[in-house]
Amino acid sequence: MMKPRIILDSKLLDITVTRLCYQLIEIHNDFSNTVIIGLQPRGIFLASRIHKKLQEILKRKDIKYGSLDTTFYRDDFRQKELVPNATSIDFIIEGKNVIMVDDVLFTGRTIRAGLDAMLAFGRPNDVELLVLIDRRLSRHLPIQAKYIGKVIDSIASEKVKVEWKETDGVDKVTLLSND
Amino acid sequence: MTKLSTKHLLGIKELTADDIHLILHTAENFKEVINRPIKKVPSLRDITIANLFFENSTRTKLSFELAEKRLSADVVNFSSGSSSVKKGETLIDTVNNILAMKVDMVVMRHPNPGAAVFLSKHIDAKIINAGDGAHEHPTQALLDAFSIKEKLGSIKGKKIAIIGDILHSRVALSNIFCLQKLGAEVMVCGPTTLMPKYIHSLGVKVEHDLRKALEWCDVANMLRIQLERQDIKYFPSLREYTMLFGLNKDILDSLSKKIVVMHPGPINRGVEITSDVADSAQSIILEQVENGVAVRMAVLFLLAGRA
Repeated sequence: MMKPRIILDSKLLDITVTRLCYQLIEIHNDFSNTVIIGLQPRGIFLASRIHKKLQEILKRKDIKYGSLDTTFYRDDFRQKELVPNATSIDFIIEGKNVIMVDDVLFTGRTIRAGLDAMLAFGRPNDVELLVLIDRRLSRHLPIQAKYIGKVIDSIASEKVKVEWKETDGVDKVTLLSND
Repeated sequence: MTKLSTKHLLGIKELTADDIHLILHTAENFKEVINRPIKKVPSLRDITIANLFFENSTRTKLSFELAEKRLSADVVNFSSGSSSVKKGETLIDTVNNILAMKVDMVVMRHPNPGAAVFLSKHIDAKIINAGDGAHEHPTQALLDAFSIKEKLGSIKGKKIAIIGDILHSRVALSNIFCLQKLGAEVMVCGPTTLMPKYIHSLGVKVEHDLRKALEWCDVANMLRIQLERQDIKYFPSLREYTMLFGLNKDILDSLSKKIVVMHPGPINRGVEITSDVADSAQSIILEQVENGVAVRMAVLFLLAGRA
C-alpha cells in the first residue's frame, strides 16, 4: 500500500511559487534577455504559473515562454514507452538566458535530454534550472537546480506526485511510499 | 495508447485505429521538428536501417532516407538495379546477408504483393513496407490521412474520392483501409476495367462518373495510371481516359464547393490531372510530400521503440 503524505498543499504551493518568482527577479531583473522554458509533459504547468505570476509582478506582458518536449532526445526510449508532446518555442534562444522549469528533479535524465533538445533552438548564453521538488538523493547525473521549491529526501521506491488545478483539479504535492 | 500493436509495418490492414492515431499524433511532433532550424533529433542514433528498393522510386526512397537521417539512424541503401539480385540471388538470401551486417530495420519496396509479409516471417528485423506490388503502401496512406487531417481538421465523417487506376494501385488499397478505420466515407471512381473485381467487398462506394464523384467528395485523391503494371490495354487511349477521368480547372471551378485535391505522385501532368489544377491553391500535393517525412519519422520512431 502506498501511504500518502502531503508535502505541499495549495496554500504552501502558492507561497513557494511566489517565492521562486522573486528569486528569479532578484537575478534576472526585468526579464528583458531571459526566457522561460517548461519541460513537457509535467513541467509546463509550473512554468506557466511562474510565467503568469512574473508578468503580474513585473507588470509586463512580453516575457517569453515556451514548452519543450524531450522525448526524441531521451536515452531510455527503448526501455519504456514514451509518447511525445508538443514543443512550442516561437523564438530563438541564441544568446538568451534560459530558465528551464520542471516539476520534480529526480535522476536528472530528463534535464540532460532537455539540454540537448534546447540546442536545436540556438546557443543560449546561460541556462539555469528551476524545480518545484528536488529529490536530492536520487541523482544519476551531475545536475543541480539553482532555484528549488522544496528539497526532499526520499528513496527510489517512493513516488512524488505533483498535481495541478489545470489538469488534476487541485494544487498539491504528495509523497507516496511503500510500507 | 503509448505503443503500436505491431512489430512491423506491413500494411494498414494490420493496424488498429489506435495505432493510426498514435502515428499521426507522433508525426505532428516530428513536423514541428523538421521545421526547426536544426532538423535533426538523436532518437535512433544506435539503429541501422537498410533501404531495399527492388523497384524504382524517387519520393518514397528520398523521404525514408531523410526521415532516417533526421532521426540520426545509420542508413544503408540498396537498389536492385546495381546488385547481386541480377545474378540470381533470392530475396531471403539478399536480406539475410544484409542483416548479417547487423541491421536493425528494413524498409523495403518490392514489385511482388506480399513480399514484406513474406520477409517478416523469415527475417529477424523490423520490416517496413514501402510498397509491395499492387498490394499496400502503408506510409503513403498514413501521410495522406495526416495531410487531410491537417487541412480539414479531422477525418471522421469526411468524404474522400479516390479516382483513377484502382486496380493496380497499392495507394488506393492502403488509403481505403486507413480512411475507413478513421471513420471517413470512401468512394472509388474510374473506368470499369480499372476496378478490382471484389471492390464492393471493401465497403466503398463505386462511381464511374467523374463529375458525380467530385460533387460528392470533400477530398479528391487523383491516382496515376500505372502503365508499368498494365499487361493488357484497359482503355482505348490515354486521351480518352483524360477526357473522361482527368481533372481539369474547368471541372474543378464548376463544382458547388471547393474540394481538396491530392496526388500521391509521380504526376502525369495532362493525363489524370492538368498542370493548373496540380499547382492550384486547392492542391495539397507538396504538403503531402513534406508530411511524408514527418509521418515516416513517426513510424520509424515508434517501431524502433518497440522491444
